[in-house]
Amino acid sequence: MAIIKDILTPFTVWKHFFKEPVTIKDPLNRKAAPRYRGFHQNVIDKCIGCGTCEAICENEAIDLVEVAKAKNGDSGLRPRVDYGRCCWCALCVDVCTTGSLKLSNVFTWVDTNPDNFRFIPGVDKKPWDNVTDGYVKADGLELYPLEKQQMQHLHPEERENSFIEIMKGYSREEAMAEADRCVSCGICVATCPAHMGIPEYIKTIREDNLEKGLKIMYETNPLVEICGRICTHKCETVCSIGHRGEPLSIRWLKRYIADQIPATEYSRILKQDSVEQKNKKIAVIGAGPAGLSATYYLSNLGYKVTIFEKLPAAGGMMRYGIPEYRLPYDQIDKDIDYILSLGAVIKYNTTVGKDVTLDELHKNFDIVYIATGLHEGRSTRIPGTEHSSVYQSIELLRKITLNEPIEVAEKIVVIGGGNVAMDITRSLARMQKQKYGKVQIIATSLESEDIMPADREEIVEAREEGAVINPAWGPREIVIENNKIKGLKVVKCLSVFDEDKRFNPKFDESIENFFEADMVVESIGQGMNLSFITPELNEKLTKDHRGRILVDTLTYQSSIPWLFFGGDIIEGPDVIHGVANGHKTAKGIDNYLNLKS
Amino acid sequence: MSKTEKFSFDGDRSLYPDKKSDGTLDIDLTSHKYIKLWHGPNHPGITGNMSVELTVCGDEVVEAKTHVGYLHRGFEKLMERRKYIQNFPLVCRVSVPEPDYNEFNYATCIENLAGITVPEKGLWLRTLVLEMARLQGYLMWIGGMAGALGFGTVGQWSNYCRDLVLDRFEELTGARIYHIYILQGGVRNDLPEGFSQRMDATLKEIQGFMKDIRKVLFDNYVFKKRTVGLGVIEKEWIYPYGIVGPNARAAGVSNDVRKDYPYGKYSELDFEIKTATNSDIFARAYLRYEELLTDIDLIKQILAKMPKEGEFMAKISNVMNLLIPSGETYVRSECTRGEYGYYMVSDGSGFPRRVNVRGPSYTHAVALLEKMLINANISDVAQIMVSLHTYPPEIER
Repeated sequence: MAIIKDILTPFTVWKHFFKEPVTIKDPLNRKAAPRYRGFHQNVIDKCIGCGTCEAICENEAIDLVEVAKAKNGDSGLRPRVDYGRCCWCALCVDVCTTGSLKLSNVFTWVDTNPDNFRFIPGVDKKPWDNVTDGYVKADGLELYPLEKQQMQHLHPEERENSFIEIMKGYSREEAMAEADRCVSCGICVATCPAHMGIPEYIKTIREDNLEKGLKIMYETNPLVEICGRICTHKCETVCSIGHRGEPLSIRWLKRYIADQIPATEYSRILKQDSVEQKNKKIAVIGAGPAGLSATYYLSNLGYKVTIFEKLPAAGGMMRYGIPEYRLPYDQIDKDIDYILSLGAVIKYNTTVGKDVTLDELHKNFDIVYIATGLHEGRSTRIPGTEHSSVYQSIELLRKITLNEPIEVAEKIVVIGGGNVAMDITRSLARMQKQKYGKVQIIATSLESEDIMPADREEIVEAREEGAVINPAWGPREIVIENNKIKGLKVVKCLSVFDEDKRFNPKFDESIENFFEADMVVESIGQGMNLSFITPELNEKLTKDHRGRILVDTLTYQSSIPWLFFGGDIIEGPDVIHGVANGHKTAKGIDNYLNLKS
Repeated sequence: MSKTEKFSFDGDRSLYPDKKSDGTLDIDLTSHKYIKLWHGPNHPGITGNMSVELTVCGDEVVEAKTHVGYLHRGFEKLMERRKYIQNFPLVCRVSVPEPDYNEFNYATCIENLAGITVPEKGLWLRTLVLEMARLQGYLMWIGGMAGALGFGTVGQWSNYCRDLVLDRFEELTGARIYHIYILQGGVRNDLPEGFSQRMDATLKEIQGFMKDIRKVLFDNYVFKKRTVGLGVIEKEWIYPYGIVGPNARAAGVSNDVRKDYPYGKYSELDFEIKTATNSDIFARAYLRYEELLTDIDLIKQILAKMPKEGEFMAKISNVMNLLIPSGETYVRSECTRGEYGYYMVSDGSGFPRRVNVRGPSYTHAVALLEKMLINANISDVAQIMVSLHTYPPEIER
């Protein structure tokens, strides 16, 4: 019986004979699932050409080709995909820093020319460019951390009455975790004025080989402790991770490397084996970032450098402009001591034009490098600024560093919205706290808060320390009664720049405000003082229509061959531009002297 | 009869093949008693691209030698020069019909060495795709088993059913074959909207076809005639030959990594390990059929028990800079063929120092097959081979 059953049972499935076939007649028109990994799409305007897709592609199917001119934060390159190699794993989509890359769910493509299968998504137009379905990186999947490591710092109540450094620096674990977030795209290198090898020195943190990191940093920047604290970090503003998450704390990683290596080790790690001494002498006027940077690289090239510094200590604006709670003096000394240890001579308290003339320098030196910076405060010139209790921020900051007594009134108004304004506001707030036990300081600026030039964290921290930041007001008059300042009269500022992005503030005179104060500090920018240049020389200098000295952009040589200019006079104003053009000047001077001899 | 004499089939067959004095085979092709036949590498009765060199005496196989290498791409060596993350699109190619086990094992190796904990939802999703992979692996195998015996229709049905599972894979992972869905730390995406309903419909459709396949295959006189009592794996061979999976369970040895060393979420699922006693082709085939039904049940359980919300991916460090502390680990999981193992050695760099893939096909398709084919009829070679369920890329990884 069982055998007969086994013979007959299979026939019962003949019922399938009457069913519809399941075969898809036209597979080319089958629509893939919404998540299907098909052909590439790239939003060209969103893509920054960071090359992370190229780096992760295990098939080497992606290479980057130039489609536009590089600009700040955009390499101008775009990924080109080779469909002879691609396996559509979509790791490029998952790792994309900007989220511009995705795969459409289109999966059929017929073409007679094999070369067409190597194309630049988004640039080479394809039929699937506007398809909305396809594979995108899922929310909740991140191949690298997007949140930055927070740095230990002093809380407002711990710091508001002292000048102790606020940021404590990264621990080894914190630095490693932060360094791990780097995708080594190098977008930052192009943006950094000094073109520091950022991904390379971050890699040394991951490898825990900080001595190598220090060497890499000194190739382009001899002020690492300083830049590790107060650099304007243009690099972080373009960091590719910052497009979807928080940018890497590149500045603090730099500080970490420098902090870990004691000053006594610098010489062993950095000193070149042999420097061929050259019989040329160079005078550097101003021991600020540009002057020091040029000194370092010129010393390494074997030149005899003499620095002329007006003030009793080196560092320029780094020491006399930036408050100690941001940049402690011992850290400035650490960087400068190493630079000076290479053989440069520095003459303090020597003002060129007074103690020594430029002509004398020209006689005694082959080259003179002028990097005197911007040390003259600008005034708003509103009524009342001639009063003795109206100060320039830069002058007060210098006096604080020199430990000279300054007036600290009970109520202060600061005019200005830049980092220097924040520096003086926070410094005076500390001194008010020490003197009166409370802070009554208002900082006001033309710019509204979203376009204030000061760093965001400066504004936040100033508020934490008790200062009031009240932006978007235009100062009109310092009201004086009985030779005593009563306060500052302001009107509403509607906009600062016009359509052409030129400085052209517009005010609404009907909205007035009055800030009570016993003392006013102006902090609206600084100017240069080049009065030591004799009129004969001044005539020979080529200048642009606004009176700025023109120099060669590669060598920083002026129209007078033995005179080079650099620092804030030419670019910036900030430390890293000074470092960068100091370095370029050193190379320019070397080049010029080599050609001359 | 001297060796040079012309061979005739009319003689006494019990004398063949000749044996040397030490008991080894004495096969002299010039005797005309033996013929060498190449079964594969391209042959409808062979699984994948490998070949068996058969020495036959009449219809009877007296010696079998397996030849592999047609698919060799050096997976293990390639892995050593790629970053950990870059190997995910590679490992899935080690076994084409079930790529997920490679991804899972590889990812778990990294997690063990780097100390990554996979979130709950991620584990559930992994268990889901692993069971889906088993289901479609068995569906493909049933088609092959039937095809080896000429039941082409069953192959069409089962491949249709497999395609339905691939549709579900497509909407979950974005690909039909190489899913690249499991990464270290979890999986790449959550379930799409309405996935459970569509999966239920798919499973219902498959169950319907399974009833018919049972009638055509397992209640079929021809099938029984060709498989019962044939290709027996003795119970004593199981451990010496390293036989695992359904091949071992059909011989009555109950070993299953899902129960013995639970991974994923198997410890929270309700299922039993099925075994058989006959250990012939029919027993193995029917056992696989039953396991297929178990997989359908497991997928339903997983979808019912899986939490709706939750992270599917752990917070991992940057994959581009991943350095794994030096160490070694062995990870196993139960694929359709049995225990699938990955052994990974790390030297602390960004690249694996050594990855060894231990696929069950390695023992099944080489040592075991060579032994089983002795004395088999030449027309049974195909179904003996298919009944072992082997994937050649696994052998020559």
